[in-house]
Amino acid sequence: MKDRFNLYRFASPATFYPLAGKMIPWFVALAVVFGLAGLYLGMLVAPTDFQQGEGYRIIFIHVPASWMSMFIYLVMAFWAAIGLAFNTRLSGMMAQALAPTGALMAFLSLWTGALWGKPMWGTWWVWDARLTSELILLFLYIGYMALTAAIDDQRRADKAGGLLLLVGVVNIPIIYFSVKWWNTLHQGSSVNLTKSSMAETMLWGMLLMALCFWMYSIAVALMRARTIMLERERHTDWAKALLAGEGA
Amino acid sequence: MIYWNSLGDFLAMGGYGHYVWGSFGLTALIMAIEPVVVARHQRATILRLKRQMRAESRTESPTRSPAEQRNTAA
Repeated sequence: MKDRFNLYRFASPATFYPLAGKMIPWFVALAVVFGLAGLYLGMLVAPTDFQQGEGYRIIFIHVPASWMSMFIYLVMAFWAAIGLAFNTRLSGMMAQALAPTGALMAFLSLWTGALWGKPMWGTWWVWDARLTSELILLFLYIGYMALTAAIDDQRRADKAGGLLLLVGVVNIPIIYFSVKWWNTLHQGSSVNLTKSSMAETMLWGMLLMALCFWMYSIAVALMRARTIMLERERHTDWAKALLAGEGA
Repeated sequence: MIYWNSLGDFLAMGGYGHYVWGSFGLTALIMAIEPVVVARHQRATILRLKRQMRAESRTESPTRSPAEQRNTAA
């Protein structure tokens, strides 16, 4: 099985563990480079917004955090589907490793949104479709973590958590399209594939920040995945060899 | 190239300073703390697993529970 198809090799924790260890510093470096470039463009070079003044600059973290909160959930749901369909060991570990970072991104999205909403709308919070569905996303992350932590048998925990992730995935298009489907206080999207309503430096600043958040999330999730892997695989030969040696 | 005239202007953010820096501040804090927490947890886990492994190898065969035997047999 292991040699039949090359991709399976990377799905094995014994291969994945050292590979992830080598990749983490690169993702950290990329996150720093993208972050510095994005902050430079967004905070120092980009002009002011004619409607929102300097308050609009919250966009440079609000949008990347919101995108990541949705994207991380989709990746977790993808792993959940793989895990439930093929019973792979790695998928449960990956979903578990991503969840806390996804929850933090959802929280940051709500936090920066509140700090943006107060001066622009006059309120920290409204029960509007976009905000409410993002709050539900945060609860889905917390629910997933609580559920998997509450079940002692790891395989059952992964299965139950995977089902929750797959049911909850319906929330992602609701968040994304909420500004189109309902009449909400939240502004529509500023970026789409054909044209953008933003100045060029603003757009680049935001995209660079999004790349920074992306690299950051990968780096932290890989770190967490390695710990989970070692813990769960502690009785296997590769983990024992690693723990016995210096490398761990 | 730089949009701001002075550091004071930059920090004031046109009157939105509290909101802008409140957003960036907490984000920076979380992104600084999360990796540290994850790295510490990793170190602690490795040390604990090493201790467990040493303890398990000291108390070989007779006192082992069936569950442990199943796990190590795999």
